[in-house]
Amino acid sequence: MLAKRIIPCLDIDKGRVVKGVKFVDIRDAGDPVEAARRYDQQGADELVFLDITASAEQRETLFEVVEQVASQVFIPLTVGGGVRKPYDVRRLLRSGADKVAINTAAVADPSIVSESASRFGAQCIVVAIDAKRVNKKKEPPRWEVFTHGGRKSSGIDAIEWAKEMAERGAGEILLTSMDKDGTKSGFDVELTRAVSEAVEIPVIASGGVGTLEHLQEGLEAGGADAVLAASIFHFGEHTVGEAKQFLTEHGVLVRG
Amino acid sequence: MATIGVIDYGMGNLHSIAKALERVAPGQRVEVTYDPEQLLRADRLVLPGVGGISHCMQELQRLELDELIQEVAGSKPLLGICLGMQALLTYSDENDGVDALDVIPGQVQRFMQPADGSRLKIPHMGWNQVRWEFEHPLWRDVPQDSWFYFVHSYRAVSDKPQHVAGTTEYGSRFACSLLRDNVFAVQFHPEKSQGTGLALLANFAQWDGQA
Repeated sequence: MLAKRIIPCLDIDKGRVVKGVKFVDIRDAGDPVEAARRYDQQGADELVFLDITASAEQRETLFEVVEQVASQVFIPLTVGGGVRKPYDVRRLLRSGADKVAINTAAVADPSIVSESASRFGAQCIVVAIDAKRVNKKKEPPRWEVFTHGGRKSSGIDAIEWAKEMAERGAGEILLTSMDKDGTKSGFDVELTRAVSEAVEIPVIASGGVGTLEHLQEGLEAGGADAVLAASIFHFGEHTVGEAKQFLTEHGVLVRG
Repeated sequence: MATIGVIDYGMGNLHSIAKALERVAPGQRVEVTYDPEQLLRADRLVLPGVGGISHCMQELQRLELDELIQEVAGSKPLLGICLGMQALLTYSDENDGVDALDVIPGQVQRFMQPADGSRLKIPHMGWNQVRWEFEHPLWRDVPQDSWFYFVHSYRAVSDKPQHVAGTTEYGSRFACSLLRDNVFAVQFHPEKSQGTGLALLANFAQWDGQA
């Protein structure tokens, strides 16, 4: 049987891990290779790197980081942030990324998804969707796609968008609830479930993880195929191993 | 110095496969190339690949690697990975149907939704357990039901049950590994399957092509 996946996410700026990874026992917490290696040892099923570097020249360091990590850590690596055109996808794949996450660019021009999927294969195209609830109280739930790190509304319905992206060849959806992101109050389970049921491709739930119970909720109630988390792992609150042990004890199949 | 040739026809994460081979076979040279001469000189060959079969076959033909692979398949150890495994079969349903290399007799078919109404996510993406069907040098140090990383929407259906070297459960049991003489093929990505994947690659790097 296919296992549910636990995916730590690292924010990278100018080639360094930011938002502080606080492992007690690594020398340089800002070094993406060390952080990746540590998560690999803990049993992470994949890794996601989100590049938040603003300037184009400094983005070059990202390719080196990806290359170094991919040379030493033999689990799947997804890289996103600032992917604008199929050429960017190609460069990241050539550096050693297994999958590339596309977000804002897909909203600006959805053909980047179809074009990249047909050139490089659907399996390496992850569409990242930042969704925010827009319904009024007492109305049925509705979510819209936001771009530019959640600052701009696109006016597009998130569920319809997920379906369109799957049709255009996305291999996976990375779904972040903008309402929940950073709150540590748990996933938007309703959103996760709605997207999971709407598409045939796997869905990674993201945004809001504060406890191990939240992970279970996203996978079971939310029906997600994988869960992404940053802070509960970064600050040493829990290791990936502890998360897996908890899930196993609660009847969720994970890779041992 | 023994050489492992990684067949580069422009599709797939060759960086990872090369690095993984370098890790497990420090005494060997790993050459990522499409040069037929170099590939023919190598002691072992790896046929990797991700993407669609139609583009894969076109590129192999354009680079005149299709016949080379068919020739090598009769002599030296060859490892097909993911799309590289599917390309070794006779025919694939993907991209409206494509004739493949026919090194291992069989078909490539899309996963079907189970008849019981339960729903399969397609692609089959993530970690799943592999059961080997018989002992083999490539399964050495790979315990029964080890976890490997998969990502694919199509799967192999072998014409001959004796070619099925490993199976995995996804909707139903399917052949995730095939063996024909000196050709070993895996649907999963050993280069992305952490320690167990590296163990399999280490076995391949030592394999003489015999059962």
